[in-house]
Amino acid sequence: MNKSGLIEAITNETKLPQREACAVINTILDLMTDSLAKGDSIELRGFGSFVVKEYKSYQGRNPKTGQKIKVKPKKLPFFKVGKDLKERVNS
Amino acid sequence: MEKRSNLTRRDLSQAINEQLGFPRNSAGELVDEVFTCLKQTLLKKEKIKLVQFGIFTVRQKSARVGRNPRTGETMEITKRCMVSFKASKQLRARINK
Repeated sequence: MNKSGLIEAITNETKLPQREACAVINTILDLMTDSLAKGDSIELRGFGSFVVKEYKSYQGRNPKTGQKIKVKPKKLPFFKVGKDLKERVNS
Repeated sequence: MEKRSNLTRRDLSQAINEQLGFPRNSAGELVDEVFTCLKQTLLKKEKIKLVQFGIFTVRQKSARVGRNPRTGETMEITKRCMVSFKASKQLRARINK
């Protein structure tokens, strides 16, 4: 499923015009992006949570050439699946 | 240290109420609807690709022999599914800016 699939599903479910369903989804994703960019976490009960993890600089290797490279410190968002989703995806 | 805050469904429905003008209770229902829909899709083992944000995939993990870290007992970890998320390039760039 991609964004237009999601918009279509929301349109069918809520009877909202497509343009409004699109605006709702974009508002949600924009706010989530802004929060992660600030370093904030996101907690969505029943779905999961996002936290930004900081990684220090480390000595890495180019897997193709074997060349040693220095990896700069970076931040990455990490998603933790919520309990309900985790259990149900297995049953 | 600067205090980190936590974004919840309430913040999302507030934004939909303020930015798009939906009444408060329907804004809350819309947020729930979006995440229910995402969840249902993942439960069908289908992946979700959200441009600019990232990709959610359901991955099959095969069975393996693990160990209970507390007791040291070996045990079989059964075959299972897990949801994983990979942030898009744009999202990663925003976070590292």
